[in-house]
Amino acid sequence: MTDKGYLPQDKWEPFIESLSNDFRVYAPCEEDGVITFQVLEKGKKVDLSRPSTSAPKGVMFPQSERLFSFDFKKAPESPDKMAVELDASTNMPETVIIGARPCDAKGFLTYDRVYLEVDPYYRERREKTTVVGFCCNGPFAGCFCTSAGGGLAEKEGSDLFVTEVDNGYFLEAITEKGKKLLGRPMVEDGASHADAASKKQEQASKALQKVIPGDPEPRISREAFESDAFWDEVSAKCLSCGVCTYLCPTCYCFNITDEARLEGGERVRSWDACMFHHFTLEASGHNPRGRKAMRLKQRVGHKFLYYVDKYGTIACSGCGRCIRHCPVSVEISGIVARLTEGAQEDQKAAEARS
Amino acid sequence: MSTVQNPYLPEIATVTEVIEETPNIKSFKVILNDAERMKSFTFEPGQVGQLSVFGVGESTFVINSPPTRMDYLQFSVMKAGEVTAAIHDLSAGDQVGVRGPLGNWFPYEMMKGKKILFIGGGIGLAPLRTLILFMRDNRKDYGDITIIYGARSAEDLCYKDELKEWGESKDFNLILTVDANSPGPPIKEGFVPTILNEVAPKPDDTIAITCGPPIMIKFVLQNLEKLGFKDEQVITTLEARMKCGIGLCGRCNIGHKFICKDGPVFSAAELRDLKYEI
Repeated sequence: MTDKGYLPQDKWEPFIESLSNDFRVYAPCEEDGVITFQVLEKGKKVDLSRPSTSAPKGVMFPQSERLFSFDFKKAPESPDKMAVELDASTNMPETVIIGARPCDAKGFLTYDRVYLEVDPYYRERREKTTVVGFCCNGPFAGCFCTSAGGGLAEKEGSDLFVTEVDNGYFLEAITEKGKKLLGRPMVEDGASHADAASKKQEQASKALQKVIPGDPEPRISREAFESDAFWDEVSAKCLSCGVCTYLCPTCYCFNITDEARLEGGERVRSWDACMFHHFTLEASGHNPRGRKAMRLKQRVGHKFLYYVDKYGTIACSGCGRCIRHCPVSVEISGIVARLTEGAQEDQKAAEARS
Repeated sequence: MSTVQNPYLPEIATVTEVIEETPNIKSFKVILNDAERMKSFTFEPGQVGQLSVFGVGESTFVINSPPTRMDYLQFSVMKAGEVTAAIHDLSAGDQVGVRGPLGNWFPYEMMKGKKILFIGGGIGLAPLRTLILFMRDNRKDYGDITIIYGARSAEDLCYKDELKEWGESKDFNLILTVDANSPGPPIKEGFVPTILNEVAPKPDDTIAITCGPPIMIKFVLQNLEKLGFKDEQVITTLEARMKCGIGLCGRCNIGHKFICKDGPVFSAAELRDLKYEI
């Protein structure tokens, strides 16, 4: 079986539609100006013209999902007491994600390190999902993947990688899962398009300059990170709305709540956000991250220090969504750039000169 | 396909007894319904469990009975929020969920042969209780054991019957105090950190273990330092809002450490390195 395929322009949509026969297919679809990953159904059109508004992380880690259900049963031996029965069975479909950008695909790797070994729900979805990545033609406002160890043509995290070329689509299998899709009807041999594709990928890789120093990833200075004055300054305009965390391909914090009916209910896991005041609010009224400066410090610290301490790499793929959609223009790339060791040294050198 | 154990799935347990400790604290004895599982259940002193009331939610509490007494697991709960209010409504026979044991535990091996100083405030005696009883059940392994315990008022002291017995026992040197209201022998009047200064225990060959409200811990740590205790000799156990209990959900971290998974037990030296301010 080959690891290179090609779909001419007119076969692209029929190919994706045919996937729906065997998979649940998620693809970026536009609705009222907003592009989100939706289950592909008749009448929905795939829109790859610009990056999606939200990341496809919800496919692998739903915004809200049942962990188990509980049913109350009358206990025959003591009729005034209720017995409880739990059901944690799952039934997740084989799934394909079409059009994950390199930053989105890399986001799943951030999740993998945290969840793959310990979380059966994430693991089952991950095992049953094929990620079809899509090479970016150029950067959009706020993009900084090249400053986060990634790139516009980065294939890591994709199972199959698609590059627009020669009036069609070049398909490159990265994993065995990706290879399986190349065996499907309509896919032509792609060998003759490989050169054009790599040229295209090379161009794309050069299309975005680094905005944060550090190779391949930024490393932030612990000393600078501990400055309260810095966090007061950069968080002053933050509204604690949490949009940055909801759109982020790597933010993975969650809440667990019970949804009860009379005769039972479900325990549900839902996305939550470290930017919310009540995220860490305790019943006593005590709140270890009661000020927004502490919360922004937590979000940046988690991605660029704490996660690095644990897994050796940052938890940010530079997708730029938090920058594009922040209502008050809080820029994580700018914040991190100021905290990098290089920037700190430059600043000290400048202070010494003056 | 998936072989991962489901860490979110509680075991069903039955409440066997409810004890009113104070006007807002109750203790709950529970046993796992699966008799085999109850028999094989093990934990270390200081580890926590998640207690569920299905339909309301779950919260984290220390297992405050010691692993040397496995007839039941005991949790003490202060009524403060939604879940704790629902727990307070439980009575014997009710079904709950238990996930655990979770987190780390008191380093009791390194405490062997040493003098032990417990400093507790309010419900903060609960995690100390498991270790106090564990040490009593292994009494010869440890030197003198001093317990300084305080609450707002005499009626707010937990485990009153036990305190009475501890006070009369040769196993412990027990010092009780209340902030105000209704002191009287043998109960002193004064905040726990102040009483600690009065008692002025010597740091030589001693390990101090403290738990209580954050403000108490803060001043206890300061006073222990003034008394000459090194950070390595001081152990505390922390609380935070928790959901998952397994270091994933993102609430209870101090830097890259999670209180639920890497804690709740930390030495003052570890907290210093983590730049944690109580």
